[in-house]
Amino acid sequence: MIQVASNCVGCGKCVSACPFGALSLVNRKAVPNASCTMCGACVSVCPVKALSLPASGAVKKDLSAYKGVWVFIEISDDGKSQKVRPVGFELLSKGRELADQLGEELCAVIIGDNVPQYYAELSQYGTDKIYAVNGPEYHNYNTAAYANAMVTLIKKYNPSVVLYPSTYIGRDLSPRISSELFVGLTADCTGLSIKEGNLIQTRPAFGGNIMADIKCPDYRPQMSTVRPNVFKKVVTTPGKMAQVVTEAIAIPPQAAKVRIINTHIDEVSAMDKLDEAEVVIAGGRGMKDQNGFNLLEELAADLGGAVGASRAAIDLGLKPKDKQIGQSGVTVASKLYVACGISGAVQHIVGMEHSDVIIGINKDANAPIFNVCKYGFVGDAHQILPRIIEQIKKTK
Amino acid sequence: MNIIVCIKQVPDSTQVKVDPKTGTLIRAGVPSILNPYDHYALEKALDIKAKTGAKVTVLTMGPAQANAVLRLALALGADEGVLLADRALAGSDTWATSYALAMAIRKIGQYDLILCGQMAIDGDTAQTGPGIAFHLGIPQITFCESIDANGSQVVVKKHIEGGHQILEADLPVLVTMTMPHDYAPKYPSFMAAHKAQDKVTLTWSAADIGADPHKIGLEGSPTRVDRIFPPPARPKGEMFSGSAVELADKFVEILKKESVIK
Repeated sequence: MIQVASNCVGCGKCVSACPFGALSLVNRKAVPNASCTMCGACVSVCPVKALSLPASGAVKKDLSAYKGVWVFIEISDDGKSQKVRPVGFELLSKGRELADQLGEELCAVIIGDNVPQYYAELSQYGTDKIYAVNGPEYHNYNTAAYANAMVTLIKKYNPSVVLYPSTYIGRDLSPRISSELFVGLTADCTGLSIKEGNLIQTRPAFGGNIMADIKCPDYRPQMSTVRPNVFKKVVTTPGKMAQVVTEAIAIPPQAAKVRIINTHIDEVSAMDKLDEAEVVIAGGRGMKDQNGFNLLEELAADLGGAVGASRAAIDLGLKPKDKQIGQSGVTVASKLYVACGISGAVQHIVGMEHSDVIIGINKDANAPIFNVCKYGFVGDAHQILPRIIEQIKKTK
Repeated sequence: MNIIVCIKQVPDSTQVKVDPKTGTLIRAGVPSILNPYDHYALEKALDIKAKTGAKVTVLTMGPAQANAVLRLALALGADEGVLLADRALAGSDTWATSYALAMAIRKIGQYDLILCGQMAIDGDTAQTGPGIAFHLGIPQITFCESIDANGSQVVVKKHIEGGHQILEADLPVLVTMTMPHDYAPKYPSFMAAHKAQDKVTLTWSAADIGADPHKIGLEGSPTRVDRIFPPPARPKGEMFSGSAVELADKFVEILKKESVIK
């Protein structure tokens, strides 16, 4: 909490400056309460410099007090019904491995409306415990409401690891929480493991062809976000029921400051759902222009697949950003993946390497993409694809 | 109405070099640009300025040469620029960066709307915007494609999984912007750049913004690089070369072999 020196004159400037309502005047002195986040907003407005923050931010914590691998479970909503977004099961499956290595519990954390319907489903992935915050006020995602609920739970139960899906919600929520807790947060991890009691978070780094292991040795909990399809979901405890801990947490006043006017879910054909497609045809810089991508669209239509693109092609404006395959885009795990004119930077590779059959077409025989291909074709996709499309049409 | 846009200078390359000892980026020798998401956020702020007469202040953190993105922003129509530059800020991860930027925003003082790009293309974390919002104690809306503001509220169109949402929020609020996929950044005319030369930029140190030395730079950064390594090598698969016709026919044969087509 903020420190108040004896020279406080009780002017009240800090009370109105505090964004958290954490200060009040008692006997003409400023007094902070438990809502104080030590943001320091009051320090600069004090005319007599009576307020100060504790000297060190990096307070040494007793790390052994932090136990448990948590997964934030996101609920998806298509406007008609709600269900658990499958990435939650993927994270629980990986979380089970981490929890076993640490000798700790695996816990699912679910915030929403009518959440008991999800308990059985969530329990199947080796989940020991479910922390639930349940109520109609949590029906729609709201940053302030969800962040407050998560922070309240984390402060009460002290997990050592918290994993979030790297979705629009996970990426909105997790940095808000890490900021408040003063802990690290590693985005879009492609690998997670335990080394000497620390969570090792692997991700491609710096946009180049290099990987980095990131750790947060002095801070708990250790927090990561992971894209859908990076880890496989594995049911390990069918029929088992996890222990459920329900917490009643009130919505903070700030939640009312942001209001949903309406929600629109795009009508997308199954073919357009890159992350669920069984066949993915992807193009890179080598496809050069829209004509090149038209060939990919045609091949995808013939094979019942979806079209994606490498970052280089996205940067050229050949496809919208939501069709980017790679670490900072969509991760796919398709049955067939055809990479056309993609050189194969690591940030692309990590987004598609889990596909079953990978075929590459590239003019450069030394392109790194061929290192992950089951079949590599050295040639110009612009010349090869028209005949492939023609031949496939003949088989129908 | 006062708008602050947080911007970042980023290397104009996806192939940057890494210091093998520290595991951090070597920026020297790589040409720099204004992060495209921030560029878009700035243009949106200037649209609001054109409509409401808002004052637009741009803020960046970085070395002295990051002043170049402030000059660009001023030439595009921003009113004031602040550079937060201090060796003590080096090594800041997203936690320490968002704390420092929030402290600088407090020193700027007046703000109703803070705009950020959704992420910087050299880090891809999308964490700094929400971090700033937390440190200021204000709400955030992330991944917005469009924004409209009046004196007391904003209305935004925000990306969500599989669709979008229209939201309204009371000021003050922090909004992070994504950009349309066909977005082409605007650049100032020579005349506009010339006229903007009279506009001043301020340079502040960590002490100027009253930052807690334990919360900035490496000390204020919970994350550490454990090691940097090349991606694991794998054996190559079956390789084919030949004429376009030969390759196409081989390709179709493989689709049959893998039971993709009959």
